[in-house]
Amino acid sequence: MKKSLFIGALLALGMAATTSGASTLEEVKARGTLNCGTSTGVAGFSLPDANNVYQGFDVAICRGIAAAVLGDPMAVEFVPTTGKTRFTALSSGEVDVLSRTTTWTFSRDVDLKMDFHGVNYYDGQGFMVPRSLGVTSAKDLDGATVCIQVGTTTELNLADFFRVNGITYEPVPTEKSSESRSLYQAEACDVYTTDASGLASARSTFADPSAHVILPEIVSKEPLGPVTRHGDNQWGDIVRWTLNALISAEELGITQANVAEMAAAPTNNPEINRMLGTEGNLGPMLGLDKDWAHRVIAAEGNYGEIFEKYLGVNTQIGLERGLNAQWTDGGLLYSPPFR
Amino acid sequence: MAQHQDFKKPTFELSMLLYDTRYRSTSFQVIALILFFSLIWWLVNNTMSNLAITGKDIDFSFLVHESNYDINQRLLEYDSRSSHGRAAVLGVLNTLVLSAIGCVTATILGVFVGIARLSKNWIVARIMTVHIEIFRNVPLLLWILLIMSMVAHSFPVPKHFRGADPIATMKLFDSVALTNRGFYIPEPLFSNGFGDMGFFSNSFYISIDLIVILAILIGSIWASGKIKARAKRIQEETGIRPTTWYLRLGVIFIPTILLLVYLGFYLGYPELKGFNFKGGIHLRNSLIALWIALSLYTSAFIAEIVRSGILAVSKGQTEAAGALGIKPNVIMALVILPQALKVIVPPLISNYLNLTKNSSLAIAVGYMDLTGTLMGITLNQTGRELETLLLGMSIYLTISLLISAVINWYNRRNDMVER
Repeated sequence: MKKSLFIGALLALGMAATTSGASTLEEVKARGTLNCGTSTGVAGFSLPDANNVYQGFDVAICRGIAAAVLGDPMAVEFVPTTGKTRFTALSSGEVDVLSRTTTWTFSRDVDLKMDFHGVNYYDGQGFMVPRSLGVTSAKDLDGATVCIQVGTTTELNLADFFRVNGITYEPVPTEKSSESRSLYQAEACDVYTTDASGLASARSTFADPSAHVILPEIVSKEPLGPVTRHGDNQWGDIVRWTLNALISAEELGITQANVAEMAAAPTNNPEINRMLGTEGNLGPMLGLDKDWAHRVIAAEGNYGEIFEKYLGVNTQIGLERGLNAQWTDGGLLYSPPFR
Repeated sequence: MAQHQDFKKPTFELSMLLYDTRYRSTSFQVIALILFFSLIWWLVNNTMSNLAITGKDIDFSFLVHESNYDINQRLLEYDSRSSHGRAAVLGVLNTLVLSAIGCVTATILGVFVGIARLSKNWIVARIMTVHIEIFRNVPLLLWILLIMSMVAHSFPVPKHFRGADPIATMKLFDSVALTNRGFYIPEPLFSNGFGDMGFFSNSFYISIDLIVILAILIGSIWASGKIKARAKRIQEETGIRPTTWYLRLGVIFIPTILLLVYLGFYLGYPELKGFNFKGGIHLRNSLIALWIALSLYTSAFIAEIVRSGILAVSKGQTEAAGALGIKPNVIMALVILPQALKVIVPPLISNYLNLTKNSSLAIAVGYMDLTGTLMGITLNQTGRELETLLLGMSIYLTISLLISAVINWYNRRNDMVER
């Protein structure tokens, strides 16, 4: 009796031991799936299709990482996060990587202890209004009711824009972007504001997209990119170079169709060879095998292919490449060399 | 003598802590206490060490930094240059406003439904049963979302009020505009007011008019109470109660009305300007949705409490009062309800507390209460989860304890002496 009591007490105290910190790469490999934080549904960026399989531009990044690390682009568990819960989900370890139209800002990078690994979409905040309102500039919006999603940089830019221009507005905050869109469609607000890509995405889901205009003002810089926790540099490198591989692949002309052929034997372009593992030792330096980049590109194609598939002018979303073209085409995409 | 030596004084052994009934309960309590504190210690220690691993610290300095966001429903001066601390205060005020109006309507509705459910009229009683069962058996969040979408989708858009032949018109002699962005009602204004008074080195202002009006009202009610006490004394001395209702009405209303006239009281009507109505008081659709949903939901619980309170009063009381010749409606007011209140008030407190805590669902429709400002946007923009949540929780705790203290005090004061 006495002994069992003491053992019980010891057990209770034994709970105090904290879990040891295995690296994210080991954890993901041991688990066999990648936990990827996405949004709660933004057409073109991350949205489950009719078969409940997540599709989209942000989703493709996670598929690429899963392909690189686990060899299977479908081995991803998608965790929908709201603007409010995303960083908590990441810092608590609920997700391994956040690929969720998240803006890279100083305080998120430094104070929230996040690591941003480049930019997969250069965005900026815009305003959408019904065409019938007859508004042509965001500066005419004095006194308007504006729907925004809470916990986003959008909210801060909005306050700044109206303050700087000396006009007033009435914010209508909502927790999810879907609620914002619903209130906007019910005309419970005059204006819907979010990143311009998000506006195009939202407009594509409306019954009559041509009844809504996106105003010309872009009021902020919104570099969106994948995020990981501070402190696990190896994991951060994997995410960063997965994105760079997608961007470089477009620049070097590696596509989903020809990647197998290019990876089969060394080509006469050494950078392609280094990236695809037919030359040098880049994969093992990352803690992966030599074929990692081959699998990343084979998953959903290069950056350009992914863009055209989910966001491009031929899709419902209908976005131009704009700033998101390769640097050689006058855009901002510029991957460091694979060397 | 020999017997005395045989009787050994019992020495204390460790096992007696468990097997001796004199010590057992104490030792179990000590063990439980130790376990409890080790659990707390483990939680705190675990949090601290995990925070240290992620390189975070506990720091409340964000409260004085600029918030950079706007809040639509402002009871104090506030803009995006104000501090996070001020945003939190606005959130608390919004929570209190919602809880206060919610408690009032929930009580009125709840008492009505509770009494009507006991009605001898079969249809009335059944309808009230349906009301109670519907509202308390569907999650509150769904009611809030349903009412919000009803307001947002079924009321006219402000632009429909425009034009020579508008689709929608203002109600009640053009004083109230019901739109899908909320209801605009006239606001009391004073052309001759005293202005505002700054508190805490002008960090917030309170209208002097409001203070004066409240002071006069409280004074009038006190005076009216004195008249009532005097009437009661005369009744006890002479057996005849003097008619005082007109005196009391006059004492309550005339000073306030005179004051309002002196201040130049008038109503500011809402008017359609630009995108929205301007002027008047704007009850936002989020506030309305929450107010209605919280009132209906809580009223179902209050109704059941009221019913149980009334049923708890023995039928003999009604019969005895009836035997004394008291009229049925007077029996309810003077005999049944005062006794029923004793049963009603304690669970009523807990429903007020529930309503206050349930108001934290407000973010679902974008109402900027404490959960929306401090534990929502501020949390998000600063990333201080632990700090904002701890602060938010302690504010809710304080509000709840205050409500409960006030009502307990009221309950003790009005407690009947039982014989």
